[in-house]
Amino acid sequence: MADLVLFVAIPYAAVVVAVVLTLYRYANNRFSYSSLSSQLLENSVLSWASVAWHYAILLILTAHVLAALFPGLWARLLGGQVRLYVIEITGMGLALIAIIGMGLFIWRRLTNPRARAVTSTGDWVLLAVLLAQVVLGFITAFVYRWGALWYLQTAAPWLESLVRLNPDTSYVALMPWVIKLHFVGGFVTIALIPFTRLSHALTIPVSYLWRPYRLVIWNRRQAVRE
Amino acid sequence: MNIRAQVSMVFHLDKCIGCHTCSVSCKNIWTDRQGAEYMWWNNVETKPGTGYPVRWEDQEKYKGGWEKKPGNGQLQLKMNGRLGMLGNIFFNPHLPSLDDYYEPWTYEYENLINAPAGDDQPTARPISLVTGHPMEIKRGPNWDDDLSGSEVYAANDPNLDGMSDDERQLMFEVERLVFFYLPRICNHCLNAGCVAACPSGAIYKRGEDGIVLVNQDVCRGWRMCITGCPYKKVYYNWSTGKSEKCILCYPRLETGQAPACFHSCVGRIRYLGVLLYDADRLDEAVGVDDAALVRAQRAIIMDPHDPAVVASAKANGVPDAMIEAAQQSPVYRFVKEWELALPLHPEFRTLPMLFYVPPMLPLQAIANDGRLDVTQDSEEAADYFGTLEKARLPMRYMARLFSAGNEEEVAAVYRKLIAVRVYRRASTIAGEPDADTRKVLAAAGLTADEAQAIFELTAKPTFDERFVVPPLAREVAIESIMDPFTHKTKAGFGFRREAKRGQ
Repeated sequence: MADLVLFVAIPYAAVVVAVVLTLYRYANNRFSYSSLSSQLLENSVLSWASVAWHYAILLILTAHVLAALFPGLWARLLGGQVRLYVIEITGMGLALIAIIGMGLFIWRRLTNPRARAVTSTGDWVLLAVLLAQVVLGFITAFVYRWGALWYLQTAAPWLESLVRLNPDTSYVALMPWVIKLHFVGGFVTIALIPFTRLSHALTIPVSYLWRPYRLVIWNRRQAVRE
Repeated sequence: MNIRAQVSMVFHLDKCIGCHTCSVSCKNIWTDRQGAEYMWWNNVETKPGTGYPVRWEDQEKYKGGWEKKPGNGQLQLKMNGRLGMLGNIFFNPHLPSLDDYYEPWTYEYENLINAPAGDDQPTARPISLVTGHPMEIKRGPNWDDDLSGSEVYAANDPNLDGMSDDERQLMFEVERLVFFYLPRICNHCLNAGCVAACPSGAIYKRGEDGIVLVNQDVCRGWRMCITGCPYKKVYYNWSTGKSEKCILCYPRLETGQAPACFHSCVGRIRYLGVLLYDADRLDEAVGVDDAALVRAQRAIIMDPHDPAVVASAKANGVPDAMIEAAQQSPVYRFVKEWELALPLHPEFRTLPMLFYVPPMLPLQAIANDGRLDVTQDSEEAADYFGTLEKARLPMRYMARLFSAGNEEEVAAVYRKLIAVRVYRRASTIAGEPDADTRKVLAAAGLTADEAQAIFELTAKPTFDERFVVPPLAREVAIESIMDPFTHKTKAGFGFRREAKRGQ
């Protein structure tokens, strides 16, 4: 029963909440979409925190998503023992960097009065959840070795069963509680997107790579023409 | 040819008294809000001086504007290429911090009234408007006001970099101390750095009037625009997490009122008018060498009386009222006809569309046997108002500000300004210009009529001669776009689109 709640109900609820409320917020309060950067107020700690956190977490996330989307490719990538070592060590290293980055984020907001002045309750919740999530992830990687491999037999098929709307919790039912928490934490993070500044992750401006440098908007060309 | 209209301004610096009324009226209307307290969309700086934010002209620090790539000469944002920009999105290494501007504050006024009775006078301590805690005031937006000659401020003006110690010495010598005021708002550039730097594409130029705006719903707070603008005229609202900038008071312009800074200007130094420019030649104008930048920018500003220019403007949807305004534009006269007004720091290559008539400064009288002598040992009438060689502001300094280092460009302006004064003195005293005066006029390349016209528009213009902009079309207004009756039969009033079934 607990497994049904943790690995079926919560994931589906999280995704539904995230999608519906994100669209609702985008339609009704587009102004609220912002990175809410506080770099203007404090930038010396932030330079270490933000760069470390964002690059590390993006690479880790990419690995999680790639392995779930293309398990075959991922398995081939891990073909040799050396490659497995490299991936595992890189992953753990990135997790450490992310933890340091997140730690600095939290420390900065606790100690710098200006950064503190622009920190909301939502920010604290988000910071706590993200810190817990990367710490759990690091423990998982460190204590339960070769996650890059067993991910393919456990989490990946479970996620696939969720996507196929035929949820099967047996893949993850026997996991240690640390890893279970990490799974649930992932979906809790997704559910936080529409309620927090995490929504800025959805607005990565890739179109900047090809848009023209000059942007001119004519009001009247949209108006009725004779 | 692809003609667009630009609402543009001229600042006549000789008339600026540095009263900051423009800054205050702007602040009261637009930036008196949480997160915006530190923003001065309009500010007035003392030059030589470090400005606001401090040393904003130092692009080695702030990386604003464009630069030519060393290899192929192509233009690129000084801060980064496109990919590098996204790479820096998590932390912009060139972003000014709040301390480069100043931390905004108020005073604990309640304490004056609420303090319990005691032996000491109650005080109103300064309170930070960011944190709400008591703070020590270290810097303000015009901290170096009037402090020319100061070792801390004026001596650190980035524009002095190219000058010799002797030249600096001359400028800062106590008896020759010299300074002037530089009012600054957003330049509403044609090749704006902020527009190019915005990852979200939130900043745009309005086609009809050239006003550059930040769409607050599209801005995501990536804060690249702040670095991209070499004039540091885009500001980050730390409270809303969005960028904001001068909007050229478009809500006022739409109702036929002058911008607040313009309207409140005590010295009446500002002229607002329409320029028509050729948008097809922008790349040409920003690609030339530094020395040719002012000329290249002038070249794309087109004659509003030329039928081909008018036809192209109309084809682009520039309303007739705007074209008429362009034909009477005081800005066109100063910038193109008389070539008196120059852009601020054209070397940033953003094609700024606000222009400055450089200041002449008053004569300096020297005590001579008990009487104040202004002619400085010269009997020549033409020398009465000083010569270029004796200019109190070195040409090299002015060229760093207004012509990308091209001293001839600035000297040409000064020759005209001096000639107008010599001409006016001659016609006031003698009734008509003498041979000497004609010589000065000829050297400056002015006719007597032109000198008279410059004098008229400089010294005694009415409000309507300084402000020549038709009411701009509001977002939902149709009157200036088409005949209201035609519109009514097609769409009814209240719609901008034709009310067709299913569309």
